[in-house]
Amino acid sequence: MAVSGLLFIAFVLAHMYGNLKAFGGEDSFNTYAEHLREIGEPMLPHEGALWIIRIGLIVALVVHVACAVILWRRAAAARPVQYAVKKNTGSSLSSRTMRWGGLTLLVFIVWHLLNFTIVKVNPSSGETGDPDHNPYALMVDSFDLWWMTVIYLIAMLALGMHLHHGTFSSLQTLGWTNTATSRARARAAGWVVAIVIAGGFALVPLSVLVGIIEK
Amino acid sequence: MNLTLKIWRQAGPSDKGGIHTYQVQGISEDMSFLEMLDVLNEQLNEKGEEPVAFDSDCREGICGTCSLMINGEAHGPEVTTTCQLHMRSFSDGDTITIEPWRAEPFSVIKDLIVDRSAFDRIIQSGGFISANTGSAPEANSVPAPRDKAMRAFNVATCIGCGACVAACPNGSASLFLGAKITHLGELPQGQPERYSRVVDMVGQHDHEGFGGCTNIGECASACPKEIPLDVISQLNKDLRTALKNGY
Amino acid sequence: MAGSTLHDGTTPLNAAPNQTSDDAHGYYTAGDPIADPVAPTGPIKDRWTNRKFENRLVNPANRRKLDIIIVGTGLAGGAAAATLGEAGYNVKSFCYQDSPRRAHSIAAQGGINAAKNYKEDGDSTFRLFYDTVKGGDYRSRESNVYRLAEVSANIIDQCVAQGVPFAREYGGLLDNRSFGGVQVSRTFYARGQTGQQLLIGAYQAMERQVAAGTVEQFTRHEMLELIVVDGKARGIIARDMVTGEIETHLADVVVLATGGYGNVFFLSTNAMGSNVTAAWRAHRKGAYMANPCYTQIHPTCIPVSGEHQSKLTLMSESLRNDGRIWVPKKKEDCTKDPRDIPEEDRDYYLERIYPSFGNLVPRDIASRAAKYMCDEGRGVGPMVGDFRRGVYLDFSDAIQRLGEDAVREKYDNLFDMYERITGENPYQVPMRIYPAVHYVMGGLWVDYHLQSNIPGLFVSGEANFSDHGANRLGASALMQGLADGYFVLPNTIRDYLADGPFEKVDESHEAVVEAKRAVQERIDKFLSINGTRSADSYHKELGNIMWEYCGMERTEDGLRKAIDMIRELKADFWTNLKVLGSADTLNQSLEKAGRVADFIELGELMCIDALNRRESCGGHFRAESQTDDGEALRHDEEFAYVAAWEWGGDSLEGGQPVLHKEDLIYTAIEMKQRSYK
Repeated sequence: MAVSGLLFIAFVLAHMYGNLKAFGGEDSFNTYAEHLREIGEPMLPHEGALWIIRIGLIVALVVHVACAVILWRRAAAARPVQYAVKKNTGSSLSSRTMRWGGLTLLVFIVWHLLNFTIVKVNPSSGETGDPDHNPYALMVDSFDLWWMTVIYLIAMLALGMHLHHGTFSSLQTLGWTNTATSRARARAAGWVVAIVIAGGFALVPLSVLVGIIEK
Repeated sequence: MNLTLKIWRQAGPSDKGGIHTYQVQGISEDMSFLEMLDVLNEQLNEKGEEPVAFDSDCREGICGTCSLMINGEAHGPEVTTTCQLHMRSFSDGDTITIEPWRAEPFSVIKDLIVDRSAFDRIIQSGGFISANTGSAPEANSVPAPRDKAMRAFNVATCIGCGACVAACPNGSASLFLGAKITHLGELPQGQPERYSRVVDMVGQHDHEGFGGCTNIGECASACPKEIPLDVISQLNKDLRTALKNGY
Repeated sequence: MAGSTLHDGTTPLNAAPNQTSDDAHGYYTAGDPIADPVAPTGPIKDRWTNRKFENRLVNPANRRKLDIIIVGTGLAGGAAAATLGEAGYNVKSFCYQDSPRRAHSIAAQGGINAAKNYKEDGDSTFRLFYDTVKGGDYRSRESNVYRLAEVSANIIDQCVAQGVPFAREYGGLLDNRSFGGVQVSRTFYARGQTGQQLLIGAYQAMERQVAAGTVEQFTRHEMLELIVVDGKARGIIARDMVTGEIETHLADVVVLATGGYGNVFFLSTNAMGSNVTAAWRAHRKGAYMANPCYTQIHPTCIPVSGEHQSKLTLMSESLRNDGRIWVPKKKEDCTKDPRDIPEEDRDYYLERIYPSFGNLVPRDIASRAAKYMCDEGRGVGPMVGDFRRGVYLDFSDAIQRLGEDAVREKYDNLFDMYERITGENPYQVPMRIYPAVHYVMGGLWVDYHLQSNIPGLFVSGEANFSDHGANRLGASALMQGLADGYFVLPNTIRDYLADGPFEKVDESHEAVVEAKRAVQERIDKFLSINGTRSADSYHKELGNIMWEYCGMERTEDGLRKAIDMIRELKADFWTNLKVLGSADTLNQSLEKAGRVADFIELGELMCIDALNRRESCGGHFRAESQTDDGEALRHDEEFAYVAAWEWGGDSLEGGQPVLHKEDLIYTAIEMKQRSYK
């Protein structure tokens, strides 16, 4: 769980960085998108590296979800009778919402892939398949819709919370938080990763909505 | 002060059980929480109603016998054991809900008493240093670095009460486990069995039906002995090293 | 006899006692004198070594055919279970708690003595032996005490090997501190939780044997009867406290390591469940109860705060190393904030009366001095009855001298505990302390092998009348429990077991059936009286009687009065008790009823023993026997003996306990009147 999670953190960090290319304008963004498909050429075929990454992510996702399901089932079995009153005094909201937050992210990722990767639905025109091969336009069209931005912002909140606990938790699970200091650092890392990634991602749709980024 | 108590009553392991409501009057703030329950029990006895069964023994916070989920918090609102919780932590007119520890491996025996023998079995699986009586070398022949000995002591203060399990949303006993792993693993005497110990103890923990740890941290905040969460990290580290080395 | 040489070449230093007073006349029957049948001889330093060699061995192949029952899982019981399990015997271990780790040894705070002389401050086995005998006011057997001092060093080795995290110095070596009543630093400690750490060590060693299959553990089981077949202890009847089932467990030998009976006072530092039942059942089956009146009152406990109090909490007396004890000089200052009382109006009475030992005088002296100060009306804290029952233990000097951090490092858990219970911060306001019952030196009579007068019944730890004489020194209880459990019992029990396995006893044997029937009858009786009072209310009343008349100061009249009151209480108990619920489930009221019934009988015997012993020694202070300046006064010529009491039947039916005397003859230490001035 921790290892797959750390892989995801690396991925979303890179993904977020790529998204920020949107601030460089249409060309910069589209070139970046195209370049993603050309990494490793000619040693690798077109989109080869991308597929390796994708397969890696799919495997990580399977592992991550499988671990989550096991933990969830163990937790349910370990406490068949619930408390009438239960307070939480030492834990963050994010740590207690990992499962539902994770599910939210899973649903979001499905939509996100339909939106930008697989079907490439353009919600403003209803077009599919991005016939102009212009990811930038597809993105701007999407986030010009207020409700699309809201969906993405909610998802980024979920992602931020998931990362807030997930970062700390993965470091703890890997046994790297053996002292009060290292534990405090891991907690801080959780905040940094969550704010940087979720914030970085949120910048783009927000900028589109308010018109900083436009076609 | 006068209080309303909502207490889990359950006649035996197979009984369904439920919350019953009682009133107690004239409780002094110098009483301990369990002395308040003694007052209730004396009242119930007079009325011909069977007293509430609850565990307690030393009543000075060290034996780990007492338990109780008090208003949703293991051992109540202070960082201490239930027996050291005093009524000055409550106010006149309060309603207090009292429940047993809830976890599948901690089955209810009666009312507020649960079976914690799973902890004994976890210790049996490896929570010791194998040193037969008489085989010990001179005590000062192996110095132990003071900081390590201090850390060992700090986590060896675990009283095995089970509050960590009771508070954990996952019903995990990782704090209990981590405390013992860290205690023995920090001392030079604990090194020979360090890695087999962690594998065996984690195996027994899982076998008993405790949940897995997701590092939420409720355990450490409920722990009356303030065992820190880093013992779970230590546990994970030792487990990782053990598995890497083929234990 | 004094001065002449004994057959083993040693010279007795005192004459056999000859009692001329007879305060308890009419309450007891005089029995035959007794002697330790296996007392060792020869130079004291060789006695244990020789005995270990003389004691017969049991072939390892035979060990697994031998069954040992051990009741109690504290230091004495847990350590014995582990060690005998390691040796390969079949051990069955019983405790009333839900886990062996909860035994009340866990509550010992201060430390454990050992004659390691790591501080090079003049300590030695002989000095520890000498201090213990002297501290016990010359009422212990010198051979036993020497052995205790001798094995003390092995205990530390053993515990360190098990992973007990003792305090260490910067170089990584073990740290020591000095502890109440001695002038050398020989006490090993783990912050204020030494008992906990030692017990967990023993517990883990025992659990290891459970895993190995040599020890079978029975938790939430209470021993309710001893099975004696053909004069030998052969098993126990125990109640499964969860199912209520009455079970028979048979064995070749039975060990009682069931702790002390301080709860006879209702309020004590013992655990709620600590009780005398196992020992008392054995006593009623013929085992002698020795010196039951020797009670240790611990000077540094948190004072009683009100009627509801269910137990008292001890603050380790290590606090006396750095805290100064005082009361206001003027009565009118007793209700003031202590910080507002100027230095010249404070009476540091221990430092004043005992200048050389000051705040570190032995427990009994410190306790009685506190009582007198409060009796004079100079006590502090809330009124309890007619007096304020508390004196100050002040750390302001230590905080100034060492700094708050240093004090915190030494005592933080004790200070925290004090603040939780009283709501006052001891870093700012002096603590209030008052004596409370803490330990009993009396217990079942045993010989040098820890065997009682019933063959096959061994008794270890606080449950036996032990090595502490009339008073136990600080940090010696843990030492004795572990000495008995790890080193003594395993080396003496083998001599008895060398004759085994004994003839097989069947559950249908008449003695077994009879024991089981008696237990069942008693339980049925408790449930059928159907009166009006809870067992707890009887316990509280008994405790009040005992504390008032058989507590820190005892008088002839008071003790007679107490005996009458206890007899009335006993009669009422058996006609007016109310126990609800049934016998076939977990029933805490039923458990309590059985324990209180036994406490009542024990309380009566304690008063008779105290009445008979018209002298003051250690934890037994008779007002009739004191010096002009109020110090305890022993009468060696009359009372240098162990009072071993045989059960003589229920007093309500005309029974009287039978007194057997075992003379205490010293060859290595000369008796001296104790003086700590």
